[in-house]
Amino acid sequence: MRSRSNLFLIAILALISTPLVIMYVFQLIDSVSRPALGGFLPQTWELGNWRFLWETIDSARPSIWRVTFNTFVFAASTALLVCAFSITAAYALSRLNFPARRFFLAGLIMLHAFPTITLIIAIFIVLQFLGLYDSLIGVILVKAALELPFGIWIMKGFYDSVPWEIEMAGVQDGASRFRVWRELILPQVKPGLAALLIFSFLAGWSEFILPLVLAPGADAQVLATYMNAVIADDMRPDYGLFKAIGVFYALPVIAVYLLFQKQLMNIYGGGTKG
Amino acid sequence: MRIHLQNFKKTFGDTTVIEDMNLTVEDGEMIALLGPSGCGKSTTLFAISGIHKINGGTLHFGDKDVTNLPAQERSVGVVFQNYALYPHMSVAQNIGFPLKVQKLKTAEINARVGEIAELVQIGNLLDRKPMQLSGGQQQRVALARALIRKPDVLLLDEPLANLDAKLRLEMRSEIRRLQRETGITAILVTHDQIEAMSMCDRIALMKDGRIEQISTPTQMYESPASHYVASFLGNPPISFLQAKADASLDLGHGNALPLPIGKAVQGELTLGIRPEHFGPQHDGPKISGQISFIEPQGREDLIDVMLPCGQKLRAIAPSGHGLKLEQDISWGTQMDRLHIFGADGTRL
Repeated sequence: MRSRSNLFLIAILALISTPLVIMYVFQLIDSVSRPALGGFLPQTWELGNWRFLWETIDSARPSIWRVTFNTFVFAASTALLVCAFSITAAYALSRLNFPARRFFLAGLIMLHAFPTITLIIAIFIVLQFLGLYDSLIGVILVKAALELPFGIWIMKGFYDSVPWEIEMAGVQDGASRFRVWRELILPQVKPGLAALLIFSFLAGWSEFILPLVLAPGADAQVLATYMNAVIADDMRPDYGLFKAIGVFYALPVIAVYLLFQKQLMNIYGGGTKG
Repeated sequence: MRIHLQNFKKTFGDTTVIEDMNLTVEDGEMIALLGPSGCGKSTTLFAISGIHKINGGTLHFGDKDVTNLPAQERSVGVVFQNYALYPHMSVAQNIGFPLKVQKLKTAEINARVGEIAELVQIGNLLDRKPMQLSGGQQQRVALARALIRKPDVLLLDEPLANLDAKLRLEMRSEIRRLQRETGITAILVTHDQIEAMSMCDRIALMKDGRIEQISTPTQMYESPASHYVASFLGNPPISFLQAKADASLDLGHGNALPLPIGKAVQGELTLGIRPEHFGPQHDGPKISGQISFIEPQGREDLIDVMLPCGQKLRAIAPSGHGLKLEQDISWGTQMDRLHIFGADGTRL
């Protein structure tokens, strides 16, 4: 009975996911083949679409490796910044009694739901003023700041689930509040931290709008804007090339998901408690 | 170390939980703070530990005023209800943590951890993680961690509440043994009267943020200061009967007890009769009624007797009594163990 209802569920899921699967399959097939004009079934198999890996696809653009390195720096720095601030800010919000704590909490929820794109002009002006416009550092700071409410909220959920008694015991054992946090509490929220690190890395990896608007130059290009440029510049867009870059761009994400599935699931486990 | 709490006051926001409380725990004594939940016993404990700030009054450890010392600088060991072991550390690291904080040398920490682990009999578990231990073993680790610093006072917050009945019995005597062997002053917070009576030298029974009575377990059981104290101690609990005193203690419908000798009592009163002082095996003035319930307990049976006036009296009868439900009985009462409470609840 149970296995039959499971089969039924699997059938429904399969049906719904089919369009997605088709998309992914053709993304992959088209990156290594050339369809007939106007058709979609592959005619000839070739690796020409992957030429961006070993040659610069046009003289004005940086090499793919430079762009990939940029993207990695962008995503990794964002993730590290978000984690560094989240683990401290969330602890304060969860455990410390300070003025305007409720205000910060409410602000956090509001920012969490805030459509960040409406801020883009203000951010543009601020970056311009600071001289960080069109630099990777500028985009990293902006992206990290925008990811923070989510990160703090998730980490607060994890801190909230650590028993108060552990903290009390630590204080009673003679340790300072800071030491208690670092040696006793932080290890308890490690799963959350790992999940947040991966999550914000992926968020940085897939970010498009912020680098597009705030760092349009060639030096600070990331994979998302690189792809955009490939398809936007040419009179006759090369979809095969575009799809090959797309696969290249998605590979690390898939790898991260496969490697860290368990850690990523944690974010749903501990992060729900307000 | 002698613990002295004077005019202690504790408020949370606008509500005063405890006001003007005095408590002295003698050196080497184990005392129980007993009371229902919300009576302020844990609050008192955490004020002594330093986790809660004291809003008024003073606290002395020996001659030293520790009222304004933070928890870290008070020499207090605490065992929490859920043990609060550090899940990511091994048993040895857990126990050694207070010494590590004091920056002792690793060799000395290891030596002292081994020593205290032997004392609480967990020497073979030092490499395990808390998750891999049973409740009783976790309890022992928590005790070892609290004791390793040789603190001035050991505080136990409902230490047995999370254990099953058999382990509870074992740990009860174990904690008492440790307290005796180390000679440490200890305060036990509990809502369980049996724990308080069996483990402690004295009991402070609390109600609504006040200490209702403080005395030895036997004293408290045999001469409770009030209706409340009498009702809190004893299992099965004491029965209370409304009575009117003039020429005798009249229970209505023909039941009456003689006036107690040497006590001037008058008017509406409450009588307290413990189950073990009423039953077929006792001499003394008779009370008649009908058996309404029999609860076999093995060694003895617990019997509820409905009096004609509609009040209920509980009795303990040795098993093999052959009594039946709804049987009419007339049993003796031990008059010298009868408690009489006035209208305000104090014992006369």
